[in-house]
Amino acid sequence: MEQMIANGNMIPFEKGETVLTALKRAGIRVPTLCHIDCLPPVGACRICVVEDTATGQLIPSCSFPAAPGLSVATHSVKALKARKTIVELLLANHPDDCLYCDRNLNCDLQKLAEELGVRQRRISGERIAQFVDNSSPAIMRDPEKCILCGKCVRTCEEIQGVSALDFSGRGSKCKISTAFDQSLNLSTCVSCGQCVMACPTGALTERSSLREVMNALQDPKKTVVIQHAPAISVSLAEEFGLPAGSDIMGLMTAALKKIGFKAVFDTSFSADLTIMEEATELVERVTKKGVLPMITSCSPAWIKFAETFYPTVLPHLSTCKSPQQMLGAVIRHYWAGTQGIDKKAVYSVSAMPCTAKKFEAEREEMLVKGAPDIDAVLTTRELAKLIRMYSIELDKLEPAACDLPFGERSSAGKLFGASGGVMEAAIRTAHYLITGRELGNLVVAAVRSGVGLRETALTLNGLTLKAAVVSGLGNARKVLDEVAAGTSPYHFIEIMSCPGGCINGGGQPRGIDRENVKRRLAALYAIDAAATLRVSHKNRAVAELYEKFLGKPGGHTSHELLHTTYQARTDLL
Amino acid sequence: MNTMTEQVLTRYPGAGRDKLIPILQEVQEADGYISKEAVALIGRHLGVPASKIYGVATFYNQFRFTPKGKYHIMVCRGTACHVKGSADILERIERALKITAGETSRDGLFSIEVVACIGACGLAPVICVNGEYHGKLTGDAAEKIVKSYQQREATHGN
Ligand code: SF4
Ligand code: SF4
Ligand code: SF4
Ligand code: FES
Ligand code: FES
Repeated sequence: MEQMIANGNMIPFEKGETVLTALKRAGIRVPTLCHIDCLPPVGACRICVVEDTATGQLIPSCSFPAAPGLSVATHSVKALKARKTIVELLLANHPDDCLYCDRNLNCDLQKLAEELGVRQRRISGERIAQFVDNSSPAIMRDPEKCILCGKCVRTCEEIQGVSALDFSGRGSKCKISTAFDQSLNLSTCVSCGQCVMACPTGALTERSSLREVMNALQDPKKTVVIQHAPAISVSLAEEFGLPAGSDIMGLMTAALKKIGFKAVFDTSFSADLTIMEEATELVERVTKKGVLPMITSCSPAWIKFAETFYPTVLPHLSTCKSPQQMLGAVIRHYWAGTQGIDKKAVYSVSAMPCTAKKFEAEREEMLVKGAPDIDAVLTTRELAKLIRMYSIELDKLEPAACDLPFGERSSAGKLFGASGGVMEAAIRTAHYLITGRELGNLVVAAVRSGVGLRETALTLNGLTLKAAVVSGLGNARKVLDEVAAGTSPYHFIEIMSCPGGCINGGGQPRGIDRENVKRRLAALYAIDAAATLRVSHKNRAVAELYEKFLGKPGGHTSHELLHTTYQARTDLL
Repeated sequence: MNTMTEQVLTRYPGAGRDKLIPILQEVQEADGYISKEAVALIGRHLGVPASKIYGVATFYNQFRFTPKGKYHIMVCRGTACHVKGSADILERIERALKITAGETSRDGLFSIEVVACIGACGLAPVICVNGEYHGKLTGDAAEKIVKSYQQREATHGN
């Protein structure tokens, strides 16, 4: 390692690193706005400037290469003043809306203004009135709060390979827009929410369903139930200032009961159910020469991505609904009956790490006899808001267990929260279904970490199944090009839209922070390692649901309730 | 209309992003504006997403995304006209028609385009409606001209 100087001390760096990376390693924080950790720097906002002590010049640390002999002052008066001026300029035409803003107390811009001591509007710019775009079922865009940092554009293009957004116009008319400035619902946006995670302001948020849920909770004619996704219990804690990777399953469940949900169910249960259906479908496709490779279908942004960009690949998608929808369907069409409740009186809420789940819940293809599986979807962030709104103090609660029958889960179902998890759960069960024996120590290490393509193969009774896992839609494109060309070597592919899977979903606590995602991942694997029930096919509650209601996996009732269809889209690409 | 775009594209086999501007110019020349269909074709040809094409096209003032109106008003923003107050002229016309430069009114009657010097500096500030020049304008005069075309439509219809 080579050395450079920061604030008078030697700090190490690797060749090719930026000053910012070196500073970070040395534990010195410099604020950033336009920088995205995993993408090449663009140096657009210049909030990250530090002073080169030799020349007195300000250099953007996020894009400036570290060099031996370079000496920087990160918090010289000059650097601090420059940063403050930049924030003042950004605020010059910014609405003074903090109190009414989704990002209040959790906004990068607001935080910088506070940290840098902005106390008055020194610079005033012309404000251009713009419409809020609330056309999408998942994402809201308030262009007036946009500071044109470009993070959403780069996330959408470079991470997700969608490119729904770009800069348009020039000078004072420059803004972020879709092609032809159409509303988001008419664009190629797949509702993944990764841009929301990246956005430093309140310009991008989820479309909130909090009000509907609150109203339902108070409606005596409704039985309001909630399910929570596998990836939520290991991320919600961050919204309450606890370290990333804390699992607060019991407290979260207790909080939801206290808020007034009649039943709290675990979506990991229906992840197990999904595995039973999906493994059956896979075996069927393999043995009956169906369309292969089969691709997972539990990530709704991926579904829209396929419908939009790869319509020819649609026959490869598993027809299984996602765990959210499956649980919604059995809650309404089975559980309601067991409780003596009219199925129309059930108001089914889901708490998801995902914005696209809002889009999924509204899909026409999901209706069963005209009834939606899910009435309202809350993101992890909205769930935290709900808990705060009802003045629940998590630390004063006793952990509670989820309600039966949809509270029992295998840790394989829990692994759905991570990229590779569906595959691992499916392999565990496929191994058992085909050989009658459990898979060795159950761990499928080959698919466990990373966001890029991971492959594995397993030979079962002389049948070799090749499988691949990929997350981040941009990463998925290569695999899909092969599928579209008919040259894919795989039998089964797992695709999750968000890099790393749902633990990094677009509805999770804000920020593109790989460290936090790693901790959430570690928490999921720790839960699996400690679990006694680790395979979906041994989930007794799932078996019982088949006995009492569904019949057999892939059977008639399953097809009616748990499977769906897809539509090719013709949006302007 | 697509065939126009297709014809343009055949002149650019295997082209990359760097040919986007000349292609857009030729398509606009042929079609009079850049349609969504054209963008779809260009995007597929160059491998560029529609949002990017729109972004690039809106960076320059010369492209329009709606067909021209029955009355196409070119407002000169060249130097001479600028000095004589063409910014005000443009604003007055935009306000009178409730559209901005590059747009076409909903009824399809009017469109505004901002152009650099149209070679009539002696008459600055100048606008040109369907080839007819109006010079030495004031804001009021410009508005009157717009009104006269509106009136003509109201009385004669089409
Ligand atoms: S985006 Fe941030 S700074 Fe702007 S109004 Fe919202 S909280 Fe305030
Ligand atoms: S939600 Fe996803 S697809 Fe839509 S604009 Fe944001 S990053 Fe792009
Ligand atoms: S919407 Fe957010 S991420 Fe996108 S440019 Fe504006 S401030 Fe940046
Ligand atoms: S964070 Fe370095 S220039 Fe924006
Ligand atoms: S500048 Fe307007 S005509 Fe020359």
